Formats: sequence, structure tokens, C-alpha cells
Amino acid sequence: MWHLFTKSFFNMKIRKNIAVSDSGFIFNPSTGDSFSTNPIGLEIIQMLKEEKSKEEMRKTILQKYQVDEATFEKDFYDFVSMLHQTQIISQDEEKKN
Amino acid sequence: MSKLPYERPVIQRLNTGSMNKFGTRTEYAPVTHIENVSVKSLISEFGSPLFVISENKIRQLYSDVTRAFKTRYPRVQFAWSYKTNYMNAVCNVFHQLGSWAEVVSGFEYNKALKNGVPGSKIIFNGPDKTDDELTLAIRNDSLIHIDHLDELYRIIELAVELKKRPKVAIRVNMDVGIYPMWDRFGFNYENGQAWDAINKIILTDKIDLVGLHAHIGTFMLSPQAYGVAASKLADLAYHTKIKFEKNIEYIDLGGGFASKNTLKGSYLKGSDSSPSFDDYAEAISTALLNAEYTKEHMPLLILESGRALIDEAGFLLGTVIANKRLSDGRRSTILDFGVNILFTAFWYDHKISPAQDFSHYTEDTVLYGPLCMNIDVVRENVTLPPMKKGDQVVVHTVGAYNMTQWMQFISLRPNIVLIDTNGKTHLIRAKESLDTLNSQERMPAHLSSFKL
Repeated sequence: MWHLFTKSFFNMKIRKNIAVSDSGFIFNPSTGDSFSTNPIGLEIIQMLKEEKSKEEMRKTILQKYQVDEATFEKDFYDFVSMLHQTQIISQDEEKKN
Repeated sequence: MSKLPYERPVIQRLNTGSMNKFGTRTEYAPVTHIENVSVKSLISEFGSPLFVISENKIRQLYSDVTRAFKTRYPRVQFAWSYKTNYMNAVCNVFHQLGSWAEVVSGFEYNKALKNGVPGSKIIFNGPDKTDDELTLAIRNDSLIHIDHLDELYRIIELAVELKKRPKVAIRVNMDVGIYPMWDRFGFNYENGQAWDAINKIILTDKIDLVGLHAHIGTFMLSPQAYGVAASKLADLAYHTKIKFEKNIEYIDLGGGFASKNTLKGSYLKGSDSSPSFDDYAEAISTALLNAEYTKEHMPLLILESGRALIDEAGFLLGTVIANKRLSDGRRSTILDFGVNILFTAFWYDHKISPAQDFSHYTEDTVLYGPLCMNIDVVRENVTLPPMKKGDQVVVHTVGAYNMTQWMQFISLRPNIVLIDTNGKTHLIRAKESLDTLNSQERMPAHLSSFKL
């Protein structure tokens, strides 16, 4: 099912100046917004920061948590949409990549 | 190595300055059991959605309300308001506890009779009573509460025809200082209609005026309004005694006590803002005790409280159908019950709890029902943990009106289960099926077939 996502959707990078703490606190200095995320959200954000591939992220989560592939896929898609909406992933930086 | 429990990834914007002085809401504490019966097992046995009624809670609420009134006023009688919840099992819990029946239609009247309530302990309210229903009520010595002059004249005619003296009260509406004033039912106090009706009844001498009744509104947050109503009824009773030397046997202050639900738009939660039974009892009993009665002629105080005695005993269990993201980024969750069976979602911000453990992360969520109708919104905004398809929820304080005002619309009405005082479950109303509905329909012969 992962192939259904557009290439540009996965061609994404966390904005470089985003600060992420180990407890899931996120600060975006460009907008002044702060956010909190849960441990799985934090794990995904950290993997995005480390520029892990979509396949690596999928494998990591499925191996570690009690979740089926379809559920994680829906949730991952939704979560990344929220990262776009909250400008934690920037459109500009996506284009540069 | 065993895998860790999974939770949907969530990200929530942190807003400073948006908390009120009561701190963050904690409605998302999971509720996994009702009266020690697990939500999971209830849904697995009886399906989802499912109404659950706690007999323990009904008995506890009844005990609370009777203690509040009987410790303040010597003669108190409760009458169960059938329209609030007329499941026979629920009615019989109240009848076992000593409640009479208060009904507002012929259908409810017959329900009470079939439940075994003696006719003389049925209070017959409402503006619509047919000749047949009035005749039955007169023959049974029921307490007929007259709503309008047309009804009064008809009862006088029936009394002559049946050669029997009906026992009646008049319903009185009045200004008790609240808005909106309910003046559509009964005879007005301030403009003299009520006093005229009393005079007509007594001077005609065909029917017995035994009581005076008022029902000042619903979900009344001001106990003092009941004090005003009690004073005005006591005043009418006093003048009846002075003019006709006739004692009014009872004063019925109706219902309308607020439950612990939270009205839409309310700043405080219902559990913090609704008056207690003691508040209502104090206002009413003080007014009656201060009225012009001799000790021998203190009237019986009848109360028809419904909502406050059953709302908290009712729960609605349901299941998450799907999650979706709205255009503005809000999370929306679709549940398998909507306003068709949770009618009170139009009035209340119902407390809704997840039925399984979650972490402390939450999301602002809109809760929708399953109907393909835009009005089907269970909560416009609620903070809940991330729930996934198949997770279960518990809606609290749904015992009043939902099981009587529910609609057969788009989907069918579900099972209702009662948990008794020993924790045993009983199906008290079976869910509807297509056959339930089709059995009431008739097909004209010329429409019985078609070709497509």
C-alpha cells in the first residue's frame, strides 16, 4: 500500500531549525509555535530528522509496536499531513530536495 | 521480545493562556467497567451501541432524593415520570421503591396499569386526554390533572354520565422569576385563571378538587423558583380553605430538577453547577412549612422528578467506526451511535470516556454519529486520547429521555441492558430489526412488484 503515496509526500524533511526535546516537546522558531507529541510521534519525527527512508520507518515501527501495517500506514499518512499543516515540514525545503 | 503497545502518533499545538481556573479537563480517564461489569464483555454479548442502566444507581438516587425531602417535610410522595424513561423494568424499580406513576398520555397510562400500578396511584397529566382515556381514569379513581377549560367541562360531563366523582387537580402556571416562563400548560396564577377554575370546580360540585399542580420548567438551575411556586400553590390552597372550607389534599410541584449533565454553552460542568436534592428540598419545604396550614392539614407533597433520578443511571456504550482529519486540521471521530439514539446530544455536552487504557496524550476531537446527515454531531469539541477503529467509548448520564425520545431513523434502535444490584445483566429491551419495522407496514397490491 505504501506505493499509493505520492513520491513528493515522502520526499520530506523536517525544517532544520525545529527544536525537538526527548520528552516530545517541539518548538518552531520560525512561527513561535510549540507542540507536544506522543512517544511514537517523537520517534517518527526523529527518524525524519535522521532522513530515514519510508521503508526503514515502516520496518522500525512494525517491529517495535503491536500494530498492523494498514493501521500504521493510515496513521502515518495522517501524522505527516499534520506535520505539513503545522509547518514542521516545510514545502520550500521539500522542493529543494 | 514482546512488542510495545501501539498508540496513534499525535501532535498537538500548545496554546498558552487558554486554560481556565479549573485546569485541564480530565474526561479522558478510561471507564472500563460499569457496576463491575466490563464494557468489553457487555458489547461482546449485547452488541454496540448499547444502552446500559444501573439499578444500583437508580436506587441510590432515589434514596438521596427521599432523604433530602423526608427529613425536611413530613408527607412526601414521588411519582415516576413515565416519559423520562418508560422501560417497564425501569418503571418497576421506581414502583418497588414506592413511586406512584405520572403519565402524560393514554399509552403511558395503560403502560402503568399493565405494570401493576393501581389506578388510584396514577397521576394523569398532559393536554391531550381522549374521552376513552378520561373515562378509564375516572373509573379507576386516578388523579386527573386538568390542563384547560375544555377538559374541565368534558370531565364534568363525563362525571354526570358515569355517575362518579372524578378526583382532579388543576395544573397552574405562574411567574416564578425564571425565563422563559412556561405558560402553555394549565391555568395562569397571576391573571386569575387558576382561581376561576378552582371556583368552577367546587361550585359545580360534580368533581372533587383534591390537588394543585405546577411544573415550572425543565432542567431548573434555580431551586428558589420552586419555593415561589410552592408559595403560590399554598396561597391558592389557603384561599380555597377560607372560601369553601375545603382542604386541598396534595400539592404537586412536578419535576424539572436538573441532572448532572452539562448544558451546551455552560461554563461549568453540570456536576459542579447543578443544584443538589437538598437545595431543591430546602426551597420547597421552607415555602410549604411557612404557608398557612394547620399541622393536621399539611398537604401531601408530590414530586414527579424524572431526569434527576435516572439520568446518571444510564450509560451508552459505543464503538469507533473511523477517524478522519477535517479541513482545518481538527481530528474527527465517527462513532456507531448518533443523535438518532442519543437525542440529548442536542442539549448537552455529554461526558464521554474511552473504555480502554490510553497514555496521557490527547487530541481535540469532533465526535460524529454514523448518520449520513450533517446534524449528527455527538460532541462539537472534546479532548480525548487518540482512538482507533474498534475502540470503545462510554457516554455518561444518558438515562433520561434518550430511551423514549430516540428515533428510528437511518439505523435501528439498539439493545437496552439493566445491571441489577448483584451485578447480573438483563436484556430489558431487545434491539429492533428490519422485521420490527416491516411488520407495521402494509403494501398496496398494485405496488407489490416491479421490474427494473
